[in-house]
Amino acid sequence: MSRTGVLIEISDSGRIKDTICGVLTAARGRDGNNEVYAMVIHTGQSDQMDELQSAASIDQMALYGVGKLIVITADGDLANSPDIQSASIVAAAKEYQFNSLLGLASASGRDLFARAAAAFNEPMASDCISVDLEGKSAVKSHFSGKTFATVQLDCTTMIATIRPNAVEPIKVSDSQIAAKDASYSIEIINFKSSATSDGRIKKVEVKKGSSSKLDLTEAPIIITAGRAIKDAANFKMIEECAEVLGAAIGASRAAVDAGFAPHSIQVGQTGKTVSPKVYIACGISGAIQHFAGMKTSKVIVGINTDPDAPIFSKCDYGILGDIFEVIPALTKALK
Amino acid sequence: MKIFVCIKSVPDTAATIKLSGESSFEDSDCKFVINPYDEYGIEEAVTLVEKNGGEVVVITAGRASADGALRSAMAIGANRAIHVKTEEQFLDSSFTAKVLKAAIERDGMPDIIFTGKNSVDTEGFQTPYRLAAELGFPVVNEISKLKINGDKAVAEREIGGGDREVLEISLPAVIGVTKGLNEPRYPKFPDIMKAKKKPVNLITISDLGIDELFSKSRLVKLESAPERSGAKMIQGSVEAQVKELIRILKEDEKVL
Repeated sequence: MSRTGVLIEISDSGRIKDTICGVLTAARGRDGNNEVYAMVIHTGQSDQMDELQSAASIDQMALYGVGKLIVITADGDLANSPDIQSASIVAAAKEYQFNSLLGLASASGRDLFARAAAAFNEPMASDCISVDLEGKSAVKSHFSGKTFATVQLDCTTMIATIRPNAVEPIKVSDSQIAAKDASYSIEIINFKSSATSDGRIKKVEVKKGSSSKLDLTEAPIIITAGRAIKDAANFKMIEECAEVLGAAIGASRAAVDAGFAPHSIQVGQTGKTVSPKVYIACGISGAIQHFAGMKTSKVIVGINTDPDAPIFSKCDYGILGDIFEVIPALTKALK
Repeated sequence: MKIFVCIKSVPDTAATIKLSGESSFEDSDCKFVINPYDEYGIEEAVTLVEKNGGEVVVITAGRASADGALRSAMAIGANRAIHVKTEEQFLDSSFTAKVLKAAIERDGMPDIIFTGKNSVDTEGFQTPYRLAAELGFPVVNEISKLKINGDKAVAEREIGGGDREVLEISLPAVIGVTKGLNEPRYPKFPDIMKAKKKPVNLITISDLGIDELFSKSRLVKLESAPERSGAKMIQGSVEAQVKELIRILKEDEKVL
């Protein structure tokens, strides 16, 4: 039987990120029969670990096929050294003989897996849309989303990160749970890695942003404004709509370059790549570089006053209209 | 201060990619430019050297056509270039890292190596990490704020939700950079002319003692990303349109 290790990402409160469920689904392999080991990095916050090992979290992991949970600690300063974190992931992968090692292509996942792949001296496929663990290949974006590439890895352990929301999360069937006699119980393993660091890289601080805002790259719904928003203050209209939608807020490059929004929320070529269930583009013309950052979204809605805007030729649903009329109406109707 | 900037010549992001065969594209139709993220590294390196003295060396492993990207980098202000010539556009990141390491070592060790956070063609996101591992340097990536204090750097990266992580890193180091770090300058005409005369050291992988190209990740298929065929336009008054949109998202698409 094939065995997959998945690095679990958790929120500050210790809850498993929703986007991990897609990764756990991919980890089960073509027939869904792979053994799945979830791994978590214990950064020293015991309340986080308590929440992760609570009945609700264990149930959620079991529902997506996790059989064992490895809680990683290390001799060195695990919480503040990305190199100790990646070395510990590699050590766990070797100790438990994973055939594949998967994670989320989030800001921290991208970084840790690239470090791990370099330390492991194994190839890696980053930000994949799908993976074939048996065939050791993956499909990923090339040329900023204009093409999809199938990459074949010549490896012992297949390492890949998966684009958030790209793989549809599917729960294991009751019969599979029964067959495994797992009945929602997960074995918890404490793994202490001997990794230490020479201190040449150290996390010194995390500056918190506005904590209420959803992370763009992992949000299930995104509403984005373009240059047509005309002013930074007008983002309030978008925020109100986002709140009732449960959406994260994005901006086009034109809106960012005009100073209406920070670069941290830019979607597209030189900004974030997102893949939500719903993407609502407000007053965005639809440049090729913008599409590069959002074309793998499930449903794209365009709202624009220009009937010839390129967005309408490449999205699923269009509303010809002024965002200053349509968005408040949408917010009202959703309420 | 000696700073290397690793760059890649890539198709212009506005270019349409015409596929040819199973896993390649019509590159003769494409305008090639410096990988956009690498430009932030060049700008940062040139600014640091303007302030502290030293030199900026740009380096690439790539085809003959990559000369254009090296000249553009020198027009921004890099002093000289090293071009390790290869025949392929798509190189395995482990191979690229080995080649860059050998060429950098041969030239003499730098204080800082800048790279873009990734290349916009293969989007591999690995070369800075593998290069650092080859050299035994620490590495940070996706850096949008940087301060050099003697033999240490304080670097900031965004980690999602607007949160920013601050890392302290000892030099020499590999620093991958992204938008937000600086505003790359537009080269003026005299700088472009001067760049044509700046030295490019053209070498091959065998000059570096590397026998042959290897690849642990192979591109086996390249296909156009599926395009949508055009929007279904929602008709009616604004109220009717938003009502219908909500119905579609809830009932037809089941995404709300």
